[in-house]
Amino acid sequence: MREVAIIGVGLMKWGELWKKSFRDIFVEAALNSIDDAGVERIDSMYIGCMSGGLFTGQEHIGSIMADYLGQKHIPAARVESACASGGLAVKMGFLEVASGMSDIVLVGGVEKMTDVDGGGATAALATAADQEYEVYNGITFPGLYAMIARAHMDKYGTKREHLADVAVKNHSNGLHNPNAQFQMKISREDVLNSVMVASPLRILDCSPITDGAAAMILCDLETAKRISKKMPVRILGIGHASDTIALHNRKDLTTLNSTVKAAQDAYKMSGVKPSDIDVAEVHDCFTIAEIVASEDVGFFEKGEGGCAVSDGRTQIGGQIPINPSGGLKSKGHPVGATGVAQVIEIVEQLRGNAKERQVENAKTGLTQNMGGSGGSSIIHILKGEE
Amino acid sequence: MDNNKAGIVGYGAYIPRYRIRVEEIAKVWGADANSYKKGLDVLEKSVPGPDQDTISMSVEATKYALKRAKIDPQEIGAIYIGSESHPYAVKPSGTIVAEAIMATPDIHCADYEFACKAGSEAMFVSMSLIKAGEMKYAIGIGGDTSQGAPGDALEYTTAAGSASFIFGKDNLLAECLYTHSYMTDTPDFWRREYMHYPRHGGRFTGEPAYFKHTIGCGKKILEKSGMNPSDFQWAVFHQPNGKFPKRAAKMLGFSFEQIKQGWLVPLLGNTYSGASPIGLTAILDVAKPGDLIFMVSYGSGSGSDGFIFKVTDKLPEVQNLAPHTRYQLENNRIYLDYGTYTKYRGKILKAE
Amino acid sequence: MSVARYWREIPRRYRLEAGKCSNCGYIAFPHRLVCPECGSRKFEDYRLKDTGKIVSFTTIEVGPTEFSDQVPYNVGIIELGDEVRITAQIADADPKDIKIGGKVKLEFRKIQQDGHAGVIKYGYKAVLV
Repeated sequence: MREVAIIGVGLMKWGELWKKSFRDIFVEAALNSIDDAGVERIDSMYIGCMSGGLFTGQEHIGSIMADYLGQKHIPAARVESACASGGLAVKMGFLEVASGMSDIVLVGGVEKMTDVDGGGATAALATAADQEYEVYNGITFPGLYAMIARAHMDKYGTKREHLADVAVKNHSNGLHNPNAQFQMKISREDVLNSVMVASPLRILDCSPITDGAAAMILCDLETAKRISKKMPVRILGIGHASDTIALHNRKDLTTLNSTVKAAQDAYKMSGVKPSDIDVAEVHDCFTIAEIVASEDVGFFEKGEGGCAVSDGRTQIGGQIPINPSGGLKSKGHPVGATGVAQVIEIVEQLRGNAKERQVENAKTGLTQNMGGSGGSSIIHILKGEE
Repeated sequence: MDNNKAGIVGYGAYIPRYRIRVEEIAKVWGADANSYKKGLDVLEKSVPGPDQDTISMSVEATKYALKRAKIDPQEIGAIYIGSESHPYAVKPSGTIVAEAIMATPDIHCADYEFACKAGSEAMFVSMSLIKAGEMKYAIGIGGDTSQGAPGDALEYTTAAGSASFIFGKDNLLAECLYTHSYMTDTPDFWRREYMHYPRHGGRFTGEPAYFKHTIGCGKKILEKSGMNPSDFQWAVFHQPNGKFPKRAAKMLGFSFEQIKQGWLVPLLGNTYSGASPIGLTAILDVAKPGDLIFMVSYGSGSGSDGFIFKVTDKLPEVQNLAPHTRYQLENNRIYLDYGTYTKYRGKILKAE
Repeated sequence: MSVARYWREIPRRYRLEAGKCSNCGYIAFPHRLVCPECGSRKFEDYRLKDTGKIVSFTTIEVGPTEFSDQVPYNVGIIELGDEVRITAQIADADPKDIKIGGKVKLEFRKIQQDGHAGVIKYGYKAVLV
């Protein structure tokens, strides 16, 4: 297998992009990544997208995006693993380059979520859960994570305030991210007094509905060193695991086994350990998800994730800064794009290019991208190539 | 063994937890609650939850009946449900109940409608099939989520509940000794196709309708049996309000003590096809071996089915195998305000 | 939802029919073709117990379109007597009365309906006991 590096990244301002179409937003991010990398051609393309069909009616996404990106006849594929579709696209791009199938690969993620109303978006997102035995009975994604939260609170004494502090921290980080959907400062009281969605989770515990895309250019390390104008970032390790998609089929609701397993594999492949990680982007689709993930990837003992947030251990400058980008919470969560954007944030951090939200001396970073209520989890470990 | 013997081998009732008080309804319509309470002899009524209908309540009532009957559902030959609120205009309720209790596919199902008499009708046909030796067990169910137009006098009483009876020949809890049916064409209450709410003839529903048929049927079955009201420990009549059954009992020569146990209407309201059948379950919950039970239903249109049951030694063994009817009636109640009630009953006009 | 998709789940939703692995005893609800624990492909018919306890729960205040008229409604993960877990609504309950570990039984209820003219879909809900 060849070593693989990221040589260019492209984002765009995320939000409710009423004037921009599904294809527009993808192409905008993709062009930004091509420009950032300074490449003249791409050999193939992987796009993470959870549900173009349900959100916009469009499938056959690989081809339409390749066409509108002006990349005639390149092999282009859409990959899907619910909210981990973006992370999966990065993995597929990695394999494409590592195997020698392609030299320069564009990896993108996209979701256009506002072409359906709230009910339509909820229904589309709910397809990531067991349709016949969870969704049929009226559960929603906030509801699933609410049950995880309640179990975590019951088992470990995690407090409602701990959950709120995840949102406060991430919005504080997101203030410095010009691409974030919600650049606003919020207080613990704001979270605790916000509208209840699925008890104990309130609206400010939830990531928003977002239109957005993200893209990056991967190539083999040797080529990267030759052509890259900026510091190439190596993908050191990947972990990818699945689990039952029905939450009720798991013995312990307070841990997401797919994340535990993916983390073990990623650490093993990269030869680093949790304490070597300088900065992380984890999947905070709900505040509780960040707490659980921070434990499951090994940053904290089980049950300590809540206190760790409230003690400031996960803020920029803390023991392990988590979600300096603002996370899904502030940055937005265009589901298919999220996993790609997480990697992009780490690339910016390792390049030392994250401005006000820069984590000092960040050398090694980790991303954790989750599908559903933990039915899939994909972890990437990245290192700047000095 | 007497080949003509037939009777109840299992019974169960299901009453939803929600209630609304007469005062709460009267308040909305500017009516005097006390005069309704006195005039109807009703204090409150049951309300189906938004997730309950005649089918779901009938499944639960039948599960209770099966707990008491302890039979293999595969041996049930028929399920008949009497209701004026079958959830579908076209599509049987019975097959859903049959499927839920694992009684399919070798079974006969039919849905009955005869205003408030549909439940006793289902019981009558089930028992007749047993008597005829057509099958080992047959289930007759009476249940309704009764409809009454907002503001109509009916709104104070229309309630929800279901009763299920398994009939058979062996291991009887109560043997059916006599039946009699009595009916004429008397349009005192009706609902046309596609209409949400029934219409009724006001005071015409009394003398020429309810009383004529209830008393007519009652007298005939007493005559047939050669029994006197004083021979019975228990009696139950159709109970559209509290007053009618009390008066019918008196006219036939029964005391209030005899009907008291099955007279559920002050707290339950009128469960239409479920009314006298649920009353019968309340009696079976407490009756003793050898007791005689007198039952006369009434359905507008009009007619009455009469039954005389005799309790066997086996009844006390099964009474506590499922929740008692009066327990369900008097416990775990959740009171609704009128707004929530109208929402649960689908009475609020929403945007398409 | 197509009628066929609803109809084929009836044995599970109405009667809690499951499969029990002939080799290791794992109970699969819904049925499976392969045991996730031991890989065996042999199952016996099994019916779940209809009583159990609450593992976790939530009250949904913002519901999907099919359930928007029902909010707020409670949903829980229920561990039935045979240690099988299911997701079900907890009906007729004030959220204040719902506790982790609380005992429930399953009742047959209407779960959804396709508008005013479509098919009515039934299934199980838990109620507190």
